[in-house]
Amino acid sequence: MSTTETAGPPRTPHGDLAVVGAGPAGLAAAVAAAERGLAVVVVDAGTQPGGQYWRHPDEQAEAGLGPHADAEELPAHPVGQHDWQVYVRLRERFDALRSAGAIAHVPGAQVWFVERTGGAEREGWRLRTSPTVEPDDRVPAEVTATALVLCPGGYDRQLPVAGWDLPGVMAAGGVQALLKGHGSLAGRRAVVAGTGPFLLPVAAGLAEAGAEVLGVCEANAVTGWARQLGGAAQSPRKGLDAVGYVRTMLAHRIPYRQRTVVTAIGGRDQVESVTTARLGRDGTVVPGSERTAAVDLVALGWGFTPSLELVTAVGADTRVDVDDSLVAVVDDDQRSTVPGVYVAGEATGVGGAALALLEGELAGLAAAADLGRDTSPIGSRRLRGGIRRGRAFARAMHRAHPVPATWTSWLTPETLVCRCEEVDVATVRRARDELGGGDFRTAKLLTRTGMGWCQGRVCGFATALLAAEDAGRGLTVEDLRPTSKRTLGTPLSLGRLADLAEVPAGQIPLDLEPSDPADR
Amino acid sequence: MTVVGRSVLRTADVVVVGAGAVGAACAYFAARAGLRVVVLDRGPVAGGTSSAGEGNLLLSDKEPGPELDLALLSSRVWTTDLAEHGHHWEYEAKGGLVVGDDAAGQAALEAFAVHQRAAGIEAVVVAHDDLPAYEPHLNRDVAGGVFYAQDAQVQPMLLTAHLLRLARGLGAQVVTGSEVTGFLRDGERVTGVRTRTGQVSADAVINASGTWSGEVARLAGVDLPVLPRRGFVLVTQPLPPLVRHKVYGAGYVADVASSDEALQTSPVVEGTPSGTILVGASRERVGFDRTPSLPVLARLAAAAAALFPVLRDASLIRAYAGFRPYCPDHLPVLGPDPRAPGLWHACGHEGAGIGLSVGTGHLLAQALTGVTPEVDLHPFRPERFEPTGTPATEELAGAH
Repeated sequence: MSTTETAGPPRTPHGDLAVVGAGPAGLAAAVAAAERGLAVVVVDAGTQPGGQYWRHPDEQAEAGLGPHADAEELPAHPVGQHDWQVYVRLRERFDALRSAGAIAHVPGAQVWFVERTGGAEREGWRLRTSPTVEPDDRVPAEVTATALVLCPGGYDRQLPVAGWDLPGVMAAGGVQALLKGHGSLAGRRAVVAGTGPFLLPVAAGLAEAGAEVLGVCEANAVTGWARQLGGAAQSPRKGLDAVGYVRTMLAHRIPYRQRTVVTAIGGRDQVESVTTARLGRDGTVVPGSERTAAVDLVALGWGFTPSLELVTAVGADTRVDVDDSLVAVVDDDQRSTVPGVYVAGEATGVGGAALALLEGELAGLAAAADLGRDTSPIGSRRLRGGIRRGRAFARAMHRAHPVPATWTSWLTPETLVCRCEEVDVATVRRARDELGGGDFRTAKLLTRTGMGWCQGRVCGFATALLAAEDAGRGLTVEDLRPTSKRTLGTPLSLGRLADLAEVPAGQIPLDLEPSDPADR
Repeated sequence: MTVVGRSVLRTADVVVVGAGAVGAACAYFAARAGLRVVVLDRGPVAGGTSSAGEGNLLLSDKEPGPELDLALLSSRVWTTDLAEHGHHWEYEAKGGLVVGDDAAGQAALEAFAVHQRAAGIEAVVVAHDDLPAYEPHLNRDVAGGVFYAQDAQVQPMLLTAHLLRLARGLGAQVVTGSEVTGFLRDGERVTGVRTRTGQVSADAVINASGTWSGEVARLAGVDLPVLPRRGFVLVTQPLPPLVRHKVYGAGYVADVASSDEALQTSPVVEGTPSGTILVGASRERVGFDRTPSLPVLARLAAAAAALFPVLRDASLIRAYAGFRPYCPDHLPVLGPDPRAPGLWHACGHEGAGIGLSVGTGHLLAQALTGVTPEVDLHPFRPERFEPTGTPATEELAGAH
């Protein structure tokens, strides 16, 4: 195995195991598997390990570290980080295994296609990769492995609201990423809104970095937690986290407004104001409760959408989770329904970093065991117990923080559902009511929502809800799978795909490529 | 609004099985002729091949014969009967440019065009030096081309959905999520259909189930050799206008007419009103396998880049597969089935179903209402695949 430092086009890295993603789940999986003797290749879209959760400033540029920084050289406590010591310890093991040649790290690479290998080749999988940022000739064109652990993570779930297409409206996670990655503030006067505990660290991070946070608008009533305590109490760690955020919020006098939503965002070329309103017991806006405030940043988050492209691409079964996300079906050892493919982290159900770490480690152990390495049954049992408790907590969290069924009632007909293709609510509803667009896929093909650059990653969930709204039914796997299934996992230049064509001369009717390969 | 699940009508003049482009056109023209129509589909509107194509309305790839007659009729229907609705489905008379990669290819194209002109197609030879005026970004090494002004394009999903909407306005009922599980029979006669939630009796049942028409025919005990022929389409990011017409290589015509099971690819490149560029066309007989094939996708990309080198830098954001309903003689199956009186077929249009849909609907409505169809249905008769000498074939053959 080789790392990607050497000059020239890199060879195809091959491992017993390829781990996709280097967030909490991916790092834990890679370390667990490599420590049990598997040759592991880690493919990650990020330029340095950590994923979204442990996103931190560029180690080379900001800390003056070499391309393979030692963990002890990492900053002691970077801005906005949480569980940083957990990262440092994991990173120490990761770096040691990398130095020993047990882990090959392929950073800055996204997987645009996954396919089986076999026949004359070793049985397994081939990941077709391309640079996250072109051009980058350190990124190999492919990675092969006998087995896969998919840890693709997720991204902020968004719901449309009037004015959300204005600059200054950001996903809560995007605001957090700017803070963690660059220490930069997305705005000076902010409202953080949506639902779920993730709104708290975003508000706290903004306030600590010097922004004025006018409030956190939580769509649900936090008393919902009381009913769910049976699950929540089993994860005391999360409770402690929340205490820390609440302390920060109190210190910065940030109001926490329950049953409150953003109903409109105003501004000409940039966010200038935000209108919030209280929800009554029936979930509708309480008349007269609307308040408008001047802001330059609105951070919105309605939970998370797991990235399921690779899970659906390998043909693994999926299900609809408590939070209406499409997630992978896995067994007690993180095995998907496709032999040789394991899934860990948010893609098996949104549950946060602590759960992702456990799942990743268990997936790594299961892969090692399935490939004939010795693993401790006691370690796996302990992990399974932790995962059960973590899942119970996540379910409680999701039940306490649902998307209000009434969210469509504060949309205007002109509110954009799809910002890429500029498709509005009225168009989606008309397609549903008059043309038969009663599911995401049909609505998409009739209105172009979800057909632009993001390919439905942002608007897929909202469109699926709008399409199903009239039928008064919940979302099904059939609704959600088309929001995640993509033949091309990421955009890809036509030329890069063309270069893979294996065609005898004369087979392509017009074989008119520039004759000198040096031109390319 | 489309009804989901259960038909409220229990009787109709015509039941159309399949809510794709062909079924929608049959429903629309039958309703327009005054018939009471129920459309049933096991999936959503245009859930099959109608949502997986490029929406081509082509004359350029047709050689003189029955299919061209149907295409010419369809061309007239698009531009007359349906002209007022064209904006609903983004009808665009963009024209098609077929290019020859070398002198021999160009000569073959021009010879083909001579036959087509004799049959009523407008075909203009474009010399090498005139190509940039048609397509500024076309590879300069292309030898020449033939331009077909009558080639057009529609957005097939919108076509299907709006034809069904118009049909509903004329009293038709559209029921999605309702799978036909069997036929009602009175002796040999088909008298309606059974679904999971009930039954609808009708004087005529039109099998417009596209690639799945063979399955539906089998429910009535008749054999229909409609097979899937897989194709992939690549889609680029929205771009400023780079490709003005439908542009394809001369090999495309040969591939369309071929019965080869092996993979064939020939470049077909065209823009859409939304700015994306669509790249086809591959043909393979691999059953209903949806597994994306990287070698096929790569060949499509290579062929497109050879035609339009500028596309090498375009980002592909999407790719999809579809299954053309293909018959051994490359002709659709249209008209009443003498083997099961009461059962009609409108299927097997292969890759031309969107373009031929409206002519098909027009002809079936004529036949259903006792009007002599403008285009002779005999070449399209359903029983033509039976071993020769069956009574049905002889009887019909004798009538002509």
